[in-house]
Amino acid sequence: MEGTNKQDADRIVLRVQDVHKAYGDNEVLRGVSCELARGETKVVIGPSGTGKSTLLRCINQLTIPDAGHVWLGNTEITCKDCDINQVRSQIGFVFQSFNLFTHMNALGNVRIGPMKVKRMDKASATKLAREELERVGLSAKADAFPAELSGGQQQRVSIARALAMFPQLILFDEPTSALDPELIGEVLAVMINLAKDGMTMLVVSHEMGFARSVADEIIFMEEGRVLEQGPPAQLFTRAKHDRTKQFLHKIAELYGE
Amino acid sequence: MVHVSRCNKKGDQQAVDPILQSIWPIIRDGVPTTILLTLGLLGLGLLAGFPLAFAQVYGYRPLRWLCKAYEQFFRGIPALVLILIFHSGLARSFNILLPTFTSALIALGLRSSAYQSQIFRGAIQAVSSGQMLAARSIGMSKLQAIRHIILPQAFRLSIPAWTNEYSSVLKDTSLASAIGVVELMKKTTLLMPTIQNTLGARWILVLLVVAALIYLVLTYAGNWGLGFLENRVRIPGFEMKGGVER
Repeated sequence: MEGTNKQDADRIVLRVQDVHKAYGDNEVLRGVSCELARGETKVVIGPSGTGKSTLLRCINQLTIPDAGHVWLGNTEITCKDCDINQVRSQIGFVFQSFNLFTHMNALGNVRIGPMKVKRMDKASATKLAREELERVGLSAKADAFPAELSGGQQQRVSIARALAMFPQLILFDEPTSALDPELIGEVLAVMINLAKDGMTMLVVSHEMGFARSVADEIIFMEEGRVLEQGPPAQLFTRAKHDRTKQFLHKIAELYGE
Repeated sequence: MVHVSRCNKKGDQQAVDPILQSIWPIIRDGVPTTILLTLGLLGLGLLAGFPLAFAQVYGYRPLRWLCKAYEQFFRGIPALVLILIFHSGLARSFNILLPTFTSALIALGLRSSAYQSQIFRGAIQAVSSGQMLAARSIGMSKLQAIRHIILPQAFRLSIPAWTNEYSSVLKDTSLASAIGVVELMKKTTLLMPTIQNTLGARWILVLLVVAALIYLVLTYAGNWGLGFLENRVRIPGFEMKGGVER
């Protein structure tokens, strides 16, 4: 028993425990807990305003939680004296609105993190950045500025930017919600490949096809709490809560699944 | 027709000579001082304005208030009053007699720093908040994010407004003539008696037009240079143009 726990602890990349966050009277997170083991992909779903994005931001402390704890591996990152920049450099974040650095080309966007945060020399950082761009299928666009790229391409560059930091896990905040339907596929394809390569990912998304085929677990959130979680097959066929069924049914109707 | 114009030409020639002869002293003695004062006060304004802008956006509340107060103070007082304060005021009340050029430089520089801080504050705030988020999310410190991400973008966004500031302060330097800095305007007024004596009072206007034209050329040259810079550092997605063509 002791042994399994120890093994588990080594496998766990991210542990979120009872995280609370309120904006004034609006309690966005009312005690959320979850765990990610190395190589796992979990997809967070739920109605809008449920705190999904806030949860992701609380994990890498872009938003400071009011209460609760977050561990990255064995290090608690919610305590005040931890080096938050060092922590963040190990957690990739992919935004809904891409947020590529507007004044740099694709290569510059991917290279800047390793260069400035990890103090890698320019030649090695450039080489690394080219590899990561290759990985998301954008070697040909290395010199293009964000304004010259499509939404799908921008999002793939932003994934490459996260990858170049060799993160322990990547948080995806609705990565395809701002994209034209035609461009969603190319981003999902990259994410599916990452999952296959063993990247640990926590994804806020309503792409049920992606969730079904890639997620180890789906986390259904409502009103700042985790209402239900489990493997996709279980949630899609035998959800415990009516609310979960209802929501999944609505999504399925909307996306025709 | 031809005859008349030839006649006029001869008559004007005598008048034009003193005017032409006065242009050279203005350019030789006045223009360098005007340019030096303009560049100096812009530099001073830049040096103080940039940190002021960042403090106003990123600083803690008391610091923000302090910068706001500074900015309001120096934007709320006429340039001429400031120049007099830093020359006659300091000299009479505190017995600190600064050279006239220094007084004008400090007065106009501080004033410009207040205006420039607003230019840069606007530019910093025009950079989308997602840029800071993304920079912090890859592990940059706030300072690194400002230096590598916010600043290069804010710099580009501020050039058009900064060009305007250049045009504005270049002409404000003429106020330094009030305390006796011999720049373009002062040199012109010093030449007025000679013109009046040799050509008559109505030629004073011509002399002033000459001075005005020199200011015009300096303004145009500066704007052209800054426009060139704007083009040099232009990046796709940073065009300050609307997409509407009609």
